Amino acid sequence: MRSESAVEIRGLVKRYGTKTAVDRLDLDVRAGSVTAVLGPNGAGKTTTVEMCEGYRRPDAGAVRVLGLDPVADAAKLRPRIGVMLQSGGVYTGARADEMLRHMARLHAHPLDVDALIERLGLGSCGRTPYRRLSGGQQQRLALALAVVGRPELVFLDEPTAGLDPQARRATWELVRELRADGVSTVLTTHFMDEAEELADDVAIIDTGRVIAQGSPEELCRGGAENTLRFTGRPGLDLGSLLKALPDGSAAVELTPGAYRITGEVGPQLLATVTSWCAQHGVMPDGISVERHTLEDVFLELTGKELRG
Amino acid sequence: MSVGTYAPKPGAAPLGRMITAQAVFETKMLLRNGEQLLLTVIIPSLLLVLFSTVDIVDTGSGEPVDFLTPGVLALAVMSTAFTGQAIATGFERRYGVLKRLGASPIPRWALMCAKTLSVLATELLQIGLLTAIAFGLGWSPEGNPLSVLLLLALGTAAFSGLGLLMAGTLRAEATLAAANLVFLLLLIGGGVIVPLDKFPGPVASALGLLPISALSEGLREVLQHGAALPWTDLGVLAVWAAVGLGAAARLFRWE
Repeated sequence: MRSESAVEIRGLVKRYGTKTAVDRLDLDVRAGSVTAVLGPNGAGKTTTVEMCEGYRRPDAGAVRVLGLDPVADAAKLRPRIGVMLQSGGVYTGARADEMLRHMARLHAHPLDVDALIERLGLGSCGRTPYRRLSGGQQQRLALALAVVGRPELVFLDEPTAGLDPQARRATWELVRELRADGVSTVLTTHFMDEAEELADDVAIIDTGRVIAQGSPEELCRGGAENTLRFTGRPGLDLGSLLKALPDGSAAVELTPGAYRITGEVGPQLLATVTSWCAQHGVMPDGISVERHTLEDVFLELTGKELRG
Repeated sequence: MSVGTYAPKPGAAPLGRMITAQAVFETKMLLRNGEQLLLTVIIPSLLLVLFSTVDIVDTGSGEPVDFLTPGVLALAVMSTAFTGQAIATGFERRYGVLKRLGASPIPRWALMCAKTLSVLATELLQIGLLTAIAFGLGWSPEGNPLSVLLLLALGTAAFSGLGLLMAGTLRAEATLAAANLVFLLLLIGGGVIVPLDKFPGPVASALGLLPISALSEGLREVLQHGAALPWTDLGVLAVWAAVGLGAAARLFRWE
């Protein structure tokens, strides 16, 4: 029914003085999907998201969110999106429940506030004012504020930064429920496991551009080498094994009897290795395949040195 | 929560409901804030009682309470529309509240409407309390209540413009310091408790052009001396309102 993109970005540019924060960026978010925007600090993630939310005006390029221009059509767009800022956004003296009730009142068909409080464990905030809530409680409140108006599309800027593992799981669960109910989600994150767990699509951004895009599986498969390990009798004839393997593969005996094969590890390669072993009377013990994680892909693409 | 709970059903609440909700919420936040209450309620009440009953400042002929009440009412308007609003809005800007509300269904102009309603509601509470205290101290006001309302409305507009200008351009900490300093200076030099004619001639004339002086002197003209409409003071307030609101509208930064 909804085949259109929730977000469509073409050739987006944003400069701050002489610094180009976003540099001819293209990105599509499929309606109903979860799209993770990954990137090192200062890559342009937040700037991009804030242009989608209508906070900043692009210097060049086009952004359409739910088919609307976030700046020119702001009044029409705002009720349809949910926004979770990286921090703040709440009256320092307000209690969690009253802030959430207030945000609900600004919408026509809000969620049941009590159920949402229960769902996100915000009941524990009690009568404590926002400024004295823990970081995790503040994050969960910000998430609740983003979804309470029953939006079609939510933007979550680092939704699990500073959360403990249980709260992270709870947040992930909520994002999955949003997807199941047809809400589109754009989330920025530093956490590879978060993107791998949640995202239908991942866009890796660096220096203001999308440098890789696809499903987590596609990204992990593409380009990066994978590894197969097994142990067997020491001193196997690796030359003969290599002849059986596809070009570009490599095999080494790391320690006597411990073998590592690198290359495009797929079902075919695995079958080749096991049948070669069978022909040579070798029992490949502890055979294991290590596929690259998103983190490997990310580090490969963006470099390993730390950045500001 | 069951399947379908989050099924999109977006929509803004009706404008009237959003503005009312926002105004009620902001008033609640303000009345909960201890420092704000000190400024808006406790200081004006204490000044009124103290200076009416203890002969500290020579307030000229007539009952001290008849001189002091108009000044304290002007101070109450300043404390809420200028000092309180500047500090609250400055910190809302600093902590991303304005930014977050900017992504909510409430339009910016409606948010500003709500702020004004919240200021007016607070002033109503202040004026109710202060006039009750004044009557208890033997206050006998003169003049036309409509003239008083006009002065209070223009004074509120002038102070709101200046307060929002400060909140929307300075850092929150700077706003906090400056708004309190201005409150103190204008309390002394704005004809609130000290008659302007106690200052040397040229100084008094200059001080008379301040919005607080125009409001306190204007209210005094009506409430103490029974004047119909103090045009000069109304004119001064109107100019401040136009300049302050105009500059705030142009220069206010939401983040």
